Amino acid sequence: MNYVPSIGLEVHVQLRTRTKMFCGCSTAYGASPNTQVCPVCLGYPGAMPVMNAEAIHQTVVSGLMLGCEIGTFSKFDRKSYFYPDMPKNYQITQYDKPLCLGGGVAIVVNGAARTIRLTRIHLEEDVGKSTHHAACSGVDFNRAGVPLMEIVTEPDLASADEAMAFLLALKQTLLYAGVSDCNLEEGNLRCDVNVSVRPAGQEKLGTKVEIKNMNTFKGVHAALLYEIDRQSALLAGGGRVVQQTRRWEPDSGETFPMRSKEDAHDYRYFPEPDLLPVVLDRAQIEAWRAGLPERPADRRTRLVQSYGIPVYDAGVLTADRAVADFFETAATRCGNGKAVSNWIMTDVLRLLGERNCTLAQCALTPETLADLIALVDRRTINLPTAKGLLPELFETGGNPALLVTARGLGQMGDADEISRLVDQTLEANPRIVQDFLGGKQAAAQALVGQVMKLSRGKADPQLASKLVAEKLAARKG
Amino acid sequence: MASANQTIDVAYVANLARLELNAAACAQFQRQIATIVEYVRQIGELNLDGIEPTSHGQPVYNVYREDVERPSLPHDPVLANAPTRLDDEFKVPRIVE
Ligand SMILES: [Zn+2]
Repeated sequence: MNYVPSIGLEVHVQLRTRTKMFCGCSTAYGASPNTQVCPVCLGYPGAMPVMNAEAIHQTVVSGLMLGCEIGTFSKFDRKSYFYPDMPKNYQITQYDKPLCLGGGVAIVVNGAARTIRLTRIHLEEDVGKSTHHAACSGVDFNRAGVPLMEIVTEPDLASADEAMAFLLALKQTLLYAGVSDCNLEEGNLRCDVNVSVRPAGQEKLGTKVEIKNMNTFKGVHAALLYEIDRQSALLAGGGRVVQQTRRWEPDSGETFPMRSKEDAHDYRYFPEPDLLPVVLDRAQIEAWRAGLPERPADRRTRLVQSYGIPVYDAGVLTADRAVADFFETAATRCGNGKAVSNWIMTDVLRLLGERNCTLAQCALTPETLADLIALVDRRTINLPTAKGLLPELFETGGNPALLVTARGLGQMGDADEISRLVDQTLEANPRIVQDFLGGKQAAAQALVGQVMKLSRGKADPQLASKLVAEKLAARKG
Repeated sequence: MASANQTIDVAYVANLARLELNAAACAQFQRQIATIVEYVRQIGELNLDGIEPTSHGQPVYNVYREDVERPSLPHDPVLANAPTRLDDEFKVPRIVE
């Protein structure tokens, strides 16, 4: 029997605000425990929350980027629960009137394009961070009250790969929108996963299991593979899946049921009396829509059309907004989009990976790269020379034209000069010449290599190759 | 929204709210709450078609603050309010899972 999974995600995204959702405490990461707290986020009796306007703005911008409908009337509610990470004993969230409804995220998996529907996006406050010790736990409330956007999908995802593709596409859109740093190490993106399986052909969804609080995409992928297998095997063996919340254990690569009381999910939501509703007028929403940044998919199409680069290249370049910005600046300056794309995809991204840094952190600017490529295009230097300069420009920066002049790296483009080097090379390497004349075509390439070496890498490789071929042909005569 | 026939189980809600009520108190509140619910139920006699439930009593909306940092509380007074502290953190009973 074949089993088909249905997966829904609830993604919690930390917004990029300077201050918390309902108070003026900083949201900066890494401060020492309980230094960014006040009566509001510590839940002192009588302290009054006031909404952060920027958090509302960023949530609506996210909704617009994801094609949601923006609720013109929205409100906050109290979700009651008792846990030491939440001193008020309720979390302020949105229950029945969220800021955004519907929307979707386009994904491509194995060449198949699909749109994963969103149910809603609402805004809520984060809770404190607890650290567990042998006999007790410690709570740090610096994170309590930080604005979180919860993005809820329909159970549209049909595999672990699709879930991964969704998370990557969502993260990319949020980064383009500038609404979150999406830094997984700092817990900016956390995910609850709902998954069920059902026999192929069956319409009705199976019993779902929730896996709580995943903070890596890899973890989500691995947990889904495990859980889909577990549930399928259970059903195949005649058993049934129990509706429950489970926890992913990355070390053992398994999920385990969480102990939770039966009434733990009876949250008794009711309207937050301390916060007045949010009413957005159409003009405001349309003004925000007009100011939206370009979506990744639109940018991909535009790069192909404007710079004449392949679709594949455009996909790689737009994966990261900063890389796409870098590409466009460089391509516009030197007018050779294809070359800029090649340089970024092979050399620049490799250097970033090796040095484990971002474009903003390295010394290479788009202008420098454009100028380096222009030197090659004008045949001032050859490609290997240009490639040789890149690591230095990457580490310390500099002006490519000045470096070339100062070090005498200019390309040797004079045919007579190269011709003399070819003669010398053929003279000095009679065996390789013999190999070629004996029918070994590759020997010609070895000779070109020798010519390049003799010119200290400065000969125009195409010209050298042409002259070697001509002179060998003459000998074959 | 609560349906007109919904009754409120005081013992259950007290448990949710972590309130310790003895049987006598439960019975007393159960009677009182039944009276309140009965009173509120009168609203059902009106034609409420197309009327959204009211969440707030005043027609005031969009009370915001700008995203500008304000000083947090000094560290020591904050932890002075903790029943027990563990270095810089609030010490609480061990949280399982
Ligand atoms: Zn605060």
